[in-house]
Amino acid sequence: MTRENSLVSAQWVEDNLDNPDIVLIEVDEDTTAYDKGHIKNAIKLDWTTDLQDQVRRDFVNKQQFEALLSDRGVSNDHKVVLYGGNNNWFAAYAYWYFKLYGHQDVVLMDGGRKKWELDSRELTDELPTREKTTYTAQDQDTSIRAFRDDTVAAIGVQNLIDVRSPDEYAGRLLAPAHLPQEQAQRAGHVPTSLNVPWSKNANDDGTFKSDEDLKALYAEVGIDDSKDTIALCRIGERSSLTWFVLKELLGHQNVKNYDGSWTEYGSLVGVPIALGDEPGQADGQGA
Amino acid sequence: MCGATEGGLSLDGVDVKKEAIIQGQVLRGSVPVGNAYVRLLDRTGEFTAEVPTSATGHFRFFAGEGEWTLRTLAPKAEPVDNLVVAAIGSVAEVTVAI
Repeated sequence: MTRENSLVSAQWVEDNLDNPDIVLIEVDEDTTAYDKGHIKNAIKLDWTTDLQDQVRRDFVNKQQFEALLSDRGVSNDHKVVLYGGNNNWFAAYAYWYFKLYGHQDVVLMDGGRKKWELDSRELTDELPTREKTTYTAQDQDTSIRAFRDDTVAAIGVQNLIDVRSPDEYAGRLLAPAHLPQEQAQRAGHVPTSLNVPWSKNANDDGTFKSDEDLKALYAEVGIDDSKDTIALCRIGERSSLTWFVLKELLGHQNVKNYDGSWTEYGSLVGVPIALGDEPGQADGQGA
Repeated sequence: MCGATEGGLSLDGVDVKKEAIIQGQVLRGSVPVGNAYVRLLDRTGEFTAEVPTSATGHFRFFAGEGEWTLRTLAPKAEPVDNLVVAAIGSVAEVTVAI
């Protein structure tokens, strides 16, 4: 993948608002953002109710995903254009999710909702109506999804990229600073993981930095191009954005997103944890 | 609830004693700005979090102890930085003028 076939600009979206071959979908951390105003003809996916199983901690399964997209009027042939707030944080999560279930043509709108709003482009509260479809998903592509055992096995072996803020990585905060800090899990990071905050991938207006700047960013922290990579954060959303950068923009092979991330790892019994600003050794010492 | 939340976002359900809260309102003159984005930068200038303002221009962060910078972006305005100090058990109120 490259920037050309995984990203579209806000202007491109504005020029294609009535294009019947695309489906514009807003996915936001703030699930009410869409209701306050959205891009014309965009539909909404709620990451808490539409994309998560409501009983166990997991994604909706293949059949549920098929039912969801069929109900919302998305077909296998549509070009899906995703956008959202916070530098496309949750839109990137949805992008990864669509890839997980094998959707062929999916892109992010560069800069997301923030760029759209800062450009003073139009939002509407009009709800589009779409004909239902019969969507067929593929089995999950687990070559892009890491589980906890993959992550433990990757300590000291693969690139582990922890994309949380430096204070979360070091153990000084347990959650992003716009969320309450009371959490059950321990603080810190997976030993040997490198800290590249997700926000470093984007400019202030939410657009992605240039390929050259992104390559330099990961080279600077010492990512080893010959190794497989796992990206993680707190619940797997911010790391979806880093997965997107490494896999889709920079073309790294074998990049996985660990959606269990710190809320799972930090609750495991007996696994090593490193505290402080340094990656630390595999046993958690020396951080 | 403490007076600091008056007119702002509700703190219902949040144990304020355990949080270092930074909150406030973005104003253009006396008019609340409901489509601004407020970024929280740590003591090194590194991005930590970002929130869109509410319809009334309000925002809130749960930070840690120490010094932080709020960087506010809004349509047709230059970015504005505000320094703020947060402490556990208190609410730091900031009015951002753009």
